[in-house]
Amino acid sequence: MKELKYWRAINEAMAEEMERDESVVLIGEDVGRPGGPYIATKGLYDRFGPTRVRDTPISESTLIGLATGGSMVGLRVIVEIMFLDFLTLAADQLVNHAAKVRSVSGGAFEVPMVMRTMCGAGKNTGPQHGQSLESWVAHIPGLKVVWPSNPADAKGLLKAAVRDPNPVVFIESLQLWASRGEVPEEETLVPIGAAAVPREGGDVTIVSWGGATPRALEAAEALDSRGVDAEVVDLRSLAPLDEETILGSVAKTGRLVVVHDAVRPFGGGAEIAALVAERRFDHLKAPVRRVTSQFAPVPFPPQLEDAYYPGTNDVVDACLASVGEAAAR
Amino acid sequence: MSNTDTALELYRLMCEIRAFEEEGERLLRAGRLAGNLHLSLGQEAVAAGVCSALAATDHITTTHRGHGHCVAKGGDPERMFAELFGHADGYSKGRAGSMHIADPDSGILGATAIVGGSFGMAIGAAFGAQVLGTGAVAVAFFGEGASAEGTLHEALNLAALWKLPMVFCCENNQYAEMTHVREHISGSIRAIAAAHDLAAEEIDGNDAVAVREAADAAVARARAGEGPTLLECMTYRWSGHYVGDPESYRDPEEVAAGKAADPIALLGERLAAGGEGERLEEIREAANRRIAEAADRAAGGQPASPDLLLADVYAS
Repeated sequence: MKELKYWRAINEAMAEEMERDESVVLIGEDVGRPGGPYIATKGLYDRFGPTRVRDTPISESTLIGLATGGSMVGLRVIVEIMFLDFLTLAADQLVNHAAKVRSVSGGAFEVPMVMRTMCGAGKNTGPQHGQSLESWVAHIPGLKVVWPSNPADAKGLLKAAVRDPNPVVFIESLQLWASRGEVPEEETLVPIGAAAVPREGGDVTIVSWGGATPRALEAAEALDSRGVDAEVVDLRSLAPLDEETILGSVAKTGRLVVVHDAVRPFGGGAEIAALVAERRFDHLKAPVRRVTSQFAPVPFPPQLEDAYYPGTNDVVDACLASVGEAAAR
Repeated sequence: MSNTDTALELYRLMCEIRAFEEEGERLLRAGRLAGNLHLSLGQEAVAAGVCSALAATDHITTTHRGHGHCVAKGGDPERMFAELFGHADGYSKGRAGSMHIADPDSGILGATAIVGGSFGMAIGAAFGAQVLGTGAVAVAFFGEGASAEGTLHEALNLAALWKLPMVFCCENNQYAEMTHVREHISGSIRAIAAAHDLAAEEIDGNDAVAVREAADAAVARARAGEGPTLLECMTYRWSGHYVGDPESYRDPEEVAAGKAADPIALLGERLAAGGEGERLEEIREAANRRIAEAADRAAGGQPASPDLLLADVYAS
């Protein structure tokens, strides 16, 4: 194992995949000479050259079109859409086109593209750089959606995404950008569609993903000192969703708290709560709880962010309430 | 291929396109098709002229009004009709319908029902051809209505900037759905292209030979690495926006005048003047027969079954 920062793990994954497979190319705003707006693509232009690493105009829609069409004729295109919020500018090409090519062509075309994009939640980025829009894309048949919470998963999932024959939306967290973690020295792919259980426990299941997972883990530690043994399920993939890991954990604990930085209505928490209600209702000892952002545009100043996002204490409180209600029954 | 042979080939392609559209209209009006049809009657010269300039390994993207492009590019009319019928032999296994023909074997990346949506895949295919050095060219067909979408500007800019092997083919059929061009475009589409440093040319889009010559030049430029070209083909949409459109927005006299410039008749007259008149009827009949037989065979296919719903959502 070696220690890497989150962004460096992403950088290494791209470098290794481009080294391994000449059909892998990288396009996006500032990904070439500048090395990426947040240096994720540092060194790749010098190493792989201007044919395979291309700076582009600020044309999100056409960037996704480039990735889609290029991937239909033999390339594997990694396209960087600087912020997840900018998906709005590219949604037609991603949702109406890339996601549908496989089906519309009767299975004749593949679209092995990766859309890398940054979620700025929790980093003072404000209402148009900080939204957590993962539910929008996870709602679309034909797309895969992943969101790693640590460097090892970032590297392994990105490598898997590049090799996947489908369009994969790869979401990166700015709030985790400089976080460090152990990453295997040897080549390791993290399978898309498989959740991780970074902490096992028997009293309550906390499901989270992406930038919220470290708070879920902190909450689990805090709960431990109060005699509550929490299990944390880090989804890693939102589409496809690892239903069995979620259901298995809830069958064991009987209590579910879902934590995400997206707003609550029609968010991922609603899907997971419904899944559990449909398939493990008899195991539930307490109502499912969701710990989410407030239903408002993302604020930028730290004190408002603190009030806006689900914090570690919010997760602790939700878990204690879940356990307390169960105890009261 | 001699000029006469090329002209006869254009004539054949146009006859097949016309037969396809007329057969589709007949089937829809007879209640045998679900959904909508957007016909390209009157615009056959553009599809034939451009697609005949391409190899099977070249790519096109097309629009909601794309049957003609697909027939001319080598799409199988039987599988196209099967798609219109919602039958399992269709290009999308009968799931997607008239506006969604895609076929790697004939280089049809896809039709799209989104106006302005056809540039993306084409520019991507041109990018792929450039990176991989395949020598292939990509053509994006679009109507003049799509020029009001921002995607055109994005694509023109990037294609010219990177000198992508691409042709932007605008079919200016005078109507964006139900609104006349004078009410939806300020300035000209060629000027938009010129602003992005593309070679741009206006062509009589009812003259298949003129379209073909312009397409040959544009494709040659693209293959030589000299960058993209925009062809604006001036034509006229004979039918409504869709089959059944009451067309309250235009006068019958205007339509009659538009139909007077029939691209098939125009080329037929020229061929007849050159002594090829005897072959025309034979070509026309063969085209009608081929299309009618394709429609008949497709009609006998199996309706798509619900177990196909979940097939091909993802590749594995």
